[in-house]
Amino acid sequence: MMKSKEVVLATQQTQVLGRALLIPAVALLFIWMIVPLAMTIYFSTLHYSLLDPGTESFVGLENFRYFLTDPAFLTSLQNTLVLVGSVLAITVLLGTPLALLLDQPVIGRSVVRLMVIAPFFVMPTVSALVWKNLLMHPVSGLFAWGATLLGLTPIDWFTDAPLFAVILIVAWEWLPFATLILLTALQSQDEEQKEAAEMDGASALSTFIYLTLPHLARPITVVILIETIFLLTVFAEIFVTTGGGPGLQTTNIAFLIYSQALIQFDVGNASAGGLVAVVIANIVAFFLVRIIGRNLEA
Amino acid sequence: MARRVTSRRVWVSTGAAWFFGFVIFLPILWMVLTSFKTELEAFAMPPTFLFFHWTTENYATVQGRSDYVHHALNSIIVAGGSTLLALLIAIPAAWSMAFAPSKRTKDILLWMLSTKMMPSVGVLVPIYLIYRDFGLLDTRGGLVAILCLGNLPIVIWMLFTYFKEIPKDILEAARMDGATIGRELIYVLTPMAIPGLASTLLLNFILAWNEAFWTLNLSTLDAAPLTVFIASYSSPEGLFWAKLSAASTLAIAPIIILGWFTQRQLVRGLTFGAVK
Amino acid sequence: MGQITLQRVRKSFGPVNIIKDANLDIENGSFVVFVGPSGCGKTTLLRLIAGLEDVSGGQILIDGRNVVDVPPAKRGLSMVFQSYALYPHMSVRGNIAFGLKMAGLPRPEIERKVEAAAATLNLTPYLDRKPRELSGGQRQRVAIGRAIVREPKAFLFDEPLSNLDAALRVQMRLEVTKLQKQLGTTAVYVTHDQVEAMTMADKIVVLNAGRIEQFGSPIELYERPANLFVAGFIGSPKMNFVPGDAAGEPGAATLGVRPEHLKIGKEGEGWPGTVSVAEHLGSDTFLYVEAGKLGMLTARCIGEFSLKAGDHVWLSPDPARLHRFEKDGSVIRR
Repeated sequence: MMKSKEVVLATQQTQVLGRALLIPAVALLFIWMIVPLAMTIYFSTLHYSLLDPGTESFVGLENFRYFLTDPAFLTSLQNTLVLVGSVLAITVLLGTPLALLLDQPVIGRSVVRLMVIAPFFVMPTVSALVWKNLLMHPVSGLFAWGATLLGLTPIDWFTDAPLFAVILIVAWEWLPFATLILLTALQSQDEEQKEAAEMDGASALSTFIYLTLPHLARPITVVILIETIFLLTVFAEIFVTTGGGPGLQTTNIAFLIYSQALIQFDVGNASAGGLVAVVIANIVAFFLVRIIGRNLEA
Repeated sequence: MARRVTSRRVWVSTGAAWFFGFVIFLPILWMVLTSFKTELEAFAMPPTFLFFHWTTENYATVQGRSDYVHHALNSIIVAGGSTLLALLIAIPAAWSMAFAPSKRTKDILLWMLSTKMMPSVGVLVPIYLIYRDFGLLDTRGGLVAILCLGNLPIVIWMLFTYFKEIPKDILEAARMDGATIGRELIYVLTPMAIPGLASTLLLNFILAWNEAFWTLNLSTLDAAPLTVFIASYSSPEGLFWAKLSAASTLAIAPIIILGWFTQRQLVRGLTFGAVK
Repeated sequence: MGQITLQRVRKSFGPVNIIKDANLDIENGSFVVFVGPSGCGKTTLLRLIAGLEDVSGGQILIDGRNVVDVPPAKRGLSMVFQSYALYPHMSVRGNIAFGLKMAGLPRPEIERKVEAAAATLNLTPYLDRKPRELSGGQRQRVAIGRAIVREPKAFLFDEPLSNLDAALRVQMRLEVTKLQKQLGTTAVYVTHDQVEAMTMADKIVVLNAGRIEQFGSPIELYERPANLFVAGFIGSPKMNFVPGDAAGEPGAATLGVRPEHLKIGKEGEGWPGTVSVAEHLGSDTFLYVEAGKLGMLTARCIGEFSLKAGDHVWLSPDPARLHRFEKDGSVIRR
């Protein structure tokens, strides 16, 4: 008989204990997911506006019909996809050569690393404000000065290319992440393998294509997965710079729902939109989880 | 001959790396420079780079007007609190998944990750209403709870990838040596996982520090961390660039310095098991 | 005391039976080696005894007490792992002391026992080093030190020498055996290396596909293998097997003869063949002889034999040392 209440493990007890220790995390996440979701589902079937409280009434799928047929929905869906896609493309396509560059012998590499990693630590509200004012201001911004220096007409970023401006900001925030993961992966590549390829007479380019790229496949999927998780819900950058405008040009799904809930105070409609966003996220998650699930095995 | 080519290559790659590093860093550098200018010089065209009248008055103004210390303290409490709480919940869960896995472990992990993919905005309304009804709006506790839950899947995932790399043999040796589960966790697993725990802690502290959806929507003043503090400079005060820059510099300085000092730890943590 | 008895022990993972009905009696103080090819279940059987895995059926008795529901820590056994499984963040002293600390022994006593174990294993100068600062052989000693310091009822070794280089392996083999005899503690030792098994064991358990094929002393296994599997597994180079009718022994399905029991002659009696490869080791000569329908036979001769590839030879088996097997593989006793 055990003297104390200390847990001493037999293997079966390990299993039981394993289940028990998992419960708090699973339960919390489940509640965190299910309670708001259930409330959202409930609200989405109501006419429910915070502007005239007490008038809640059941309207069935009316909110969904309204949200989905609202031209703003398709526009913002498109904006969301363009934003996510462009940022992914920019960060991976720039991050890979940048990582390759930093993997070369570079004098003062640690300082360069510090400079490259810095944007990752900057909070989105700050980077949005700095870019919007100090850099992208059509008259006094650094970019405008650069353009006039080259004899070009400065671009009024947030009027002429607002979505592109937002994409630039977000891509700048995420480029360090992609670069550093890819760099770490490069540094873990087997040197002997590269030397063997060199002995086999492979050129630098074919070494890159046949050895380095396959080696980077796994970190690139991780970059895509993590970035997508955060990019689907980009909010602060839009909130601070454009407020979704001009018109709907920079409104993504997240911002559309936000504006319906907390600007127009239409809870019912915003809830319907929220559910649509959840469905979209799940579609994306479905594919991503399959990719990463395969990677987890390895 | 060969040596000359090599050293030329070093110079080329050094030049290119410094150039791109500088370009990436430029927005931050520019912001810091601007924060030491007068408002007039901040707008000057052509811009002045180093030869301007250096002043620290913007910093004084910012602190005087919006109480930087108060918001910074909120940021530390909210980011630190949510990270520690998340670790507390995640360590047992990650232990369980790494060392007592079942057939469903992988599914549970993926499900957890998928909750992270659920856009916060999808549940903004109910969370906002719950917080309003329970008096959690603009409270530190409320922010700690929500950021903890938001980052929990990532914390669990990171810890899981670290724990999985710890040889099972060593835990079994401890078990043969008569260690109870608690002692196994305290004397063997935790010390071995310290690098992993540290980078998880750091990364999530940074994520929580910079989180700008829930903090913007659920806090206004009392509990407002630096994300909210800085958003208040967006307009129309945003036109005062020097003060905006000073406020921004203040908001990111603590985390950027922390990040720089711990970058090696952090980068390892960032790879999420993608690099062996 | 350290008497371990297995009664009808079974282990299955889902539909796969890893261990099928193992019955075994390990006497107190004896050195028992589990040997078999990889995947035969020897490590699983050891882990069942350790309590790191649950049995699916049957009983494990330690000193007469059924321990299947007793957690590993309370079975009074200690284990040396293949990877050594040292605690990387603790010094050598901390590693050896850990089990005693967990048992709640007073500090001076721990100190005394650790010093004694370190002295036995020549580890005293290294007590304050971390495992990563030690060589492979030293790590191995630390792992052993951690096992002996607790004065267990039995030691369990899981292929402990397989990560060492050949020379060190031979040396450690001797040391482990010597230490075990000196302490008189029961030892159960798992290996895939039959040389280790033969040299170290009092008794060998040959396992194959989850079944105990034979349990006996090294010499018993060598001289009287119970079946084809044991005959083929024990002994190096491997025993030669020839079809019974082809060798003029129609009573047996298979005839087995060890390489060292084949006599080589340049003419005369026995089985004719042609040398295809001759390996000259100095002390011995191994001849690989192509013997027609008997197939390739290996012969081991003491000393130097000036034979080379292409030479014709005659092989005559020592009739007293022939092993005859039934169709099902079991030996025909006479």
